[in-house]
Amino acid sequence: MEVFLQQLINGITLGSIYGLIAIGYTMVFGIIGMVNFAHGDVFMVSAFIAMITFLLIGALVGSVPVVIAIVLMLVVAMVLTSLWNWTIERVAYRPLRGSFRLAPLISAIGVSIFLSNFVQVTQGPRNKPVPGMLNDVIILVESPTYNVAISYKQIMIMVVTAILLAAFWYLVQKTSLGRAQRACEQDRKMASLLGIDVDRTISITFVMGAALAAVAGVMYMVYYGVVSFSDGFNPGVKAFTAAVLGGIGSLPGAVVGGLLIGLIEVFWSAYFTIDYKDVAAFSILAITLIFMPQGLLGKPEVEKV
Amino acid sequence: MTEPLLSIRGVKTYYGKIIALKGVDLDVNEGEIVTLIGANGAGKSTLMMTIFGSPRAREGKIVYQGSDISRMPTHEIARMRIAQSPEGRRIFPRMSVMENLQMGAAINDFAHMDEDLKRVFDLFPRLKERINQRGGTLSGGEQQMLAIARALMSRPKLLLLDEPSLGLAPLVVKLIFDAIRDLNRTEGLSVFLVEQNAFHALKLAHRGYVMVNGVITMSGSGKELLERPEVRAAYLEGGRH
Ligand SMILES: Nc1ncnc2c1ncn2[C@@H]1O[C@H](COP(=O)(O)OP(=O)(O)OP(=O)(O)O)[C@@H](O)[C@H]1O
Ligand SMILES: [Mg+2]
Repeated sequence: MEVFLQQLINGITLGSIYGLIAIGYTMVFGIIGMVNFAHGDVFMVSAFIAMITFLLIGALVGSVPVVIAIVLMLVVAMVLTSLWNWTIERVAYRPLRGSFRLAPLISAIGVSIFLSNFVQVTQGPRNKPVPGMLNDVIILVESPTYNVAISYKQIMIMVVTAILLAAFWYLVQKTSLGRAQRACEQDRKMASLLGIDVDRTISITFVMGAALAAVAGVMYMVYYGVVSFSDGFNPGVKAFTAAVLGGIGSLPGAVVGGLLIGLIEVFWSAYFTIDYKDVAAFSILAITLIFMPQGLLGKPEVEKV
Repeated sequence: MTEPLLSIRGVKTYYGKIIALKGVDLDVNEGEIVTLIGANGAGKSTLMMTIFGSPRAREGKIVYQGSDISRMPTHEIARMRIAQSPEGRRIFPRMSVMENLQMGAAINDFAHMDEDLKRVFDLFPRLKERINQRGGTLSGGEQQMLAIARALMSRPKLLLLDEPSLGLAPLVVKLIFDAIRDLNRTEGLSVFLVEQNAFHALKLAHRGYVMVNGVITMSGSGKELLERPEVRAAYLEGGRH
């Protein structure tokens, strides 16, 4: 029981990070019908930006309170990553819009390879350790054999994710910007007939996806205390799996999918064998695609037009 | 009359290599209801969309309020207060009736929202009853009302209606046509109307055009066209509805 509780906490933490990344996949897919394969690498880049920011703070200012360091990392990572993703969309995807369907997808794979190689070359291929932050724990359940604990950083990850998701939900559901986004998702041509600048709305979508991925990147770095150029692939594909599992195009689906994938991965590692945790996650991708292609919360296809 | 509100000259539109409009000339004057009739596939909807630059006219000129809009991006054309209720209605299926109407008001930055809502609900009380229903689950007629209401929410100067009577009960058709006449008389709204229902449309319109295979073959006042034997034979046989 204690083990179960502990894994639940760990799983939700990891799932929060996957969920934040998954939103970027699902939003971009929703609005332009493309799987942005580079999104995982955008996430990885944001983790590096966070690390560099952290090192710069250390070198320039000396020691600052952890909270301030994290806030600074979040801000810098969100701004720079958004800028990155905005540029990627302008340079690599927008010119291909209206081309054949696979063109932007291939371009995205190219961007993905470019980003991971770029980071590998400039930052080196080895894992980069980062000093631990917020490592203190709160013991929730004490028992002679196994203490159930939640660390400050886990609390931070859950709280930040929850706040962000609430804000994001409000933005998409209640503001005119969010409405314009949903309009573009449902009928781009009609949206433009109503005066919506579709290109701009798509750009904003990329920026929003990147900002969330950047938060995930900072959280990931703080959580694991290590970043690597290859991080774009593994968490990236897991988050993509989460988006598919939840129903690609569905925002709540991305969050639910993220949590599920996080939980599955953690429980699998705890109860079976850690070597096969990725196999478990990716098997779910395959099974979902075969038996439930529209995912858990995917849109019903029946609609009068 | 001075310069027309909308003037289309020599417009040619292609879908890939296939030509759909082969040089169209057409005017809509300020305060006028103009109708365009023609058989299926004549190019009526294509002309409506070409006015919005989607697809773009490959040749020719489209001048609106004195400025050439034929190279302008679609969303900027919409911002010049031209609104369209397009073919197929194109209601946002996963948005409520209210949100669809809000989308129509987007170019006004939601100023005078309440007033405009009241106006369209007076016109179509049915929409008010269904305000929270998802657009995709409305009946065909309700969707048609919503498409027109959404177009009106932007307070257009020129309203483009592509077959507003399609699939509607005769009573509702009358309601919509009365509404168009009303908006035109009281607010001076200019209307460009595409209709299969040629009899009603020509009676309502000040002027009409007939399109055949991507070219305008006849034009004149609504009354004139109604009396032309060619028009009667081609578009009014089968009785008056
Ligand atoms: N997206 C498209 N791609 C290729 N051809 C098209 C496209 N849209 C329309 N066409 C063709 O262009 C011609 C004109 O079509 P359009 O829809 O403008 O006709 P219409 O007069 O509105 O007909 P209807 O009364 O049936 O609505 C038709 O031959 C049609 O097949
Ligand atoms: Mg048509």
